[in-house]
Amino acid sequence: MGTRTAIVGVGQTNHTSKRKDVNGQELITEAVKRALEDASLSLKDIDAIVIGNMDHFEAINVVDGWSVDGSGAFMKPIMKVTTGGSTGGTLGSCGYYHVASGLFDVVMAIGWEKNSESDTQAAISTCSDPILERDFFGGAIGPNAAEYAMYMKQFGATQEDAALVAVRDHNNAVKNPYAHLRKLITVEDVMKSPMLCWPIKLLDSCPRSDGACAVIYASENKAPKITARPAWVHATAVSHDYVYFGDYDWEKMPTCQTTVSRVYQRAGITNPLKDVDVMELYLPFSTCGVVWMEFMWMCDAGEAPKLIRRGVFDMNGELPINPSGGVLSTNPIGATGLIRIGEAALQIMGRAGERQVSDVRTAMATAFGSCYWFEATILRSTKP
Amino acid sequence: MERIAVVGVGQTKYERGKTKNFAELVYEVTRKALDDAGMEPGDIDNVVTTTNDFFDGRTIACMAVAEAAGSYGRDATNVEGDGTLSAFYGLMRTLSGVYHTTMVTTHCKVSEGSPRKIFNQAFDPIYDRLLGMDAISSSALQARAYMHRYGITEEQCAKVSVKNHGNARNNPYAHVALDITVEDVMKSPMLADPIKRLDTSPISDGACAIILATEEKAKKAAKKPVWIRGVAHCTDAYRLGERDLTHSLALETAAKKAYRMAGIADPLREIDVAEVYDAFSYMELMWYEGLGFCGQGEGGRLIDGGETQMGGKLPVNPSGGVLSAHSVQVAGLARIAEAVLQLRGEAGRRQVPGAKMALAHGVTGICAQTHCVWVLSN
Amino acid sequence: MENETILEVNEKDGLLIHQGVIRVPYTWAAGAVASKFYVGLRNRKIYGVRCPTCRIVLVPPKKTCHRCFGELNEWVEVSDEGTLQTFTVVHYHEPELHPLKAPFAYGIIKLDGADTGMTHLIAEADLKALKEGMRVKAVFKEKPGGNYLDIKYFKPVKGEK
Repeated sequence: MGTRTAIVGVGQTNHTSKRKDVNGQELITEAVKRALEDASLSLKDIDAIVIGNMDHFEAINVVDGWSVDGSGAFMKPIMKVTTGGSTGGTLGSCGYYHVASGLFDVVMAIGWEKNSESDTQAAISTCSDPILERDFFGGAIGPNAAEYAMYMKQFGATQEDAALVAVRDHNNAVKNPYAHLRKLITVEDVMKSPMLCWPIKLLDSCPRSDGACAVIYASENKAPKITARPAWVHATAVSHDYVYFGDYDWEKMPTCQTTVSRVYQRAGITNPLKDVDVMELYLPFSTCGVVWMEFMWMCDAGEAPKLIRRGVFDMNGELPINPSGGVLSTNPIGATGLIRIGEAALQIMGRAGERQVSDVRTAMATAFGSCYWFEATILRSTKP
Repeated sequence: MERIAVVGVGQTKYERGKTKNFAELVYEVTRKALDDAGMEPGDIDNVVTTTNDFFDGRTIACMAVAEAAGSYGRDATNVEGDGTLSAFYGLMRTLSGVYHTTMVTTHCKVSEGSPRKIFNQAFDPIYDRLLGMDAISSSALQARAYMHRYGITEEQCAKVSVKNHGNARNNPYAHVALDITVEDVMKSPMLADPIKRLDTSPISDGACAIILATEEKAKKAAKKPVWIRGVAHCTDAYRLGERDLTHSLALETAAKKAYRMAGIADPLREIDVAEVYDAFSYMELMWYEGLGFCGQGEGGRLIDGGETQMGGKLPVNPSGGVLSAHSVQVAGLARIAEAVLQLRGEAGRRQVPGAKMALAHGVTGICAQTHCVWVLSN
Repeated sequence: MENETILEVNEKDGLLIHQGVIRVPYTWAAGAVASKFYVGLRNRKIYGVRCPTCRIVLVPPKKTCHRCFGELNEWVEVSDEGTLQTFTVVHYHEPELHPLKAPFAYGIIKLDGADTGMTHLIAEADLKALKEGMRVKAVFKEKPGGNYLDIKYFKPVKGEK
């Protein structure tokens, strides 16, 4: 049986569009120092480090080695993981397994990205198969736009339904000092924003941010000594699917369904609206916040707009989603999935400041990337 | 540490200019590892793939191989770094209680890109990337510093090349098997002194996969399990000028930890066979010291004494090592695979008779900044 | 077509090989610390930072000490002259990487006043006579560009060749 593991500290930079004042290593240090401070630990307390980003965004090979000047990994074990957009989730899992294995007591996971240093679309287009897909690959937005177009046609949902998700996440971000975009918007603002790829508009999409996040995992022996209210990891899962974009079944989101059911099952969750107190979901587009709800067992097929319009997922609703502002407000890709885990942990630890949801005992974080890989983590205030 | 075993291994032949694509290479070794273990894809509950966005020529490079590695519908993850690190992550996942049978894959087609330019990308873009160094020129700085400090000679390094290229003749997977002499090495073209052509590793394409299993699952495997006794990794400073290039402190730290886990006090006596990451001939001598096979600065003396030859006290790189086949990131996992074959008695003509305890070693980064050490036994 | 991925298609063993290239432009932010270092180079001064805890002067400078993780605020000017710790003479050609034409040398130089070495190029030297411990001096670029090669290379100090 594995070692029970909890998150005991979270640190992140104030995410923004261009950090010209620091290089990548220095950006990482900010998040690391804040995480150590949050957990009242020093670097010597960290037994191992895992780091991740998307290489082509910064063009640095062997990032784990290079990061030593920023991550504190000097004479420590460090390794690198990367899985595209879901990298943050992968990092969280990696940190967790380091500790759950029983081989390390305190492990830090670091996600970072300096999107401003490259041409995101040029870099991300290289994720498609060079021989079959690359020449006409439209980037991340195409498939999601098509997904919502199909959903609207099938269920009579509207662009305004997606706009409500955008408004919720953007407005939540105003209370998050670390978020990148922090401006109050309305549905009208979203509808008027430039169309990117029908029906997805600018305010329906995520920004490119420079930022870093560090999350500290600790074993059951150490966690209670480090913090009064650790966020215990109850379940983490990911699932993969086909790797050619044309093969994926967009109408059913199979990876979301597989991952979510795995993680609910492992954590004993049957009705998330009741069993989960807060969710930090990786929604790269507002439309995902509509379409994916049914695959996460929140409602029946096509019913999500009703719940959204009723405010079920707002801060004062039954199940607040993205109190941090989510991906629509902040997106340093290598860090984004880890920020979801970190924010969910802060909610459990009671350290989410103005964005704190009251009485959080169970929180969920998801990460999403490339060809529909879906990661999910369930955290609780009690030991598993 | 709970008992976890390696129950299956698979390697491709290492060679330049392979026409199979990444998915096909990974499929080849995944299938081989499954067959070796007597398992089917359904027996695997999670996958760790290894990729490098630069060598693979695509961002989110794991997408290219995920299906071939058996990730469909499964919990899968991806490491960027040497295969010894991916395997370590696989080990941790298997120890966590969540998974019981883990597939770990690595692949690289070094010949497809420009390896020198790709290696140059590991240097800091803010500072010394513009110097245009690659693996050879940077390692030469280390080689020279090490040899100068301890009086290690180019001939002693050449002996490593002679030994390993010669050993490779017994390894059907090896890329460059040669029957050469120290004189041949000394006469080969000087690339960056003191490193000559025959002191360097080849540009190899290939793949390797292993399957890890809990003791319970290992019982059902086709062959006798090989147990993992200790694993550790450690990373040195990033900038060359901040490191003592003559002393692989990171290796020493990792080795000590792995030995402690495995209960090894005297590696030269207690280890029967070692597969180490000799990207350059001088490195093997340095790794003897870091691994505690001899004292600081005595690597040359150890090879002179013949202990690390086939038939010696502690044969090193019976497979031919990395000098004979260097598929980046694959080579570390291949060292583990070779150690497994040795411990099973399946190493054919490169078998070290009666091997009971084996060591496998991998590196990553400039001048081997990161080391990962594995101790296995049967 | 501008962004064409596949440039050329060859055949090997009856199979097609597509040759392509990835073109992604980059702009790396040097950060305030490296920027200060390069402003120094522009003025032909070499700066390092001192870690009060570890009591070492690091050149080139950095924001955080990798050993103790302390913030480095104490700027120190070091000499443009120092000792060659190790070197190598490169004989192979990589015109797209190498700033100089082979044979040329790389070295790690410990400048007077610094405790860490700087990796750089060695030129204007008899490559066969390079020795560990020899004294070398920075040669600055006439028109600095704000990067590492604003030191063109290091050359042996007069009197030593």
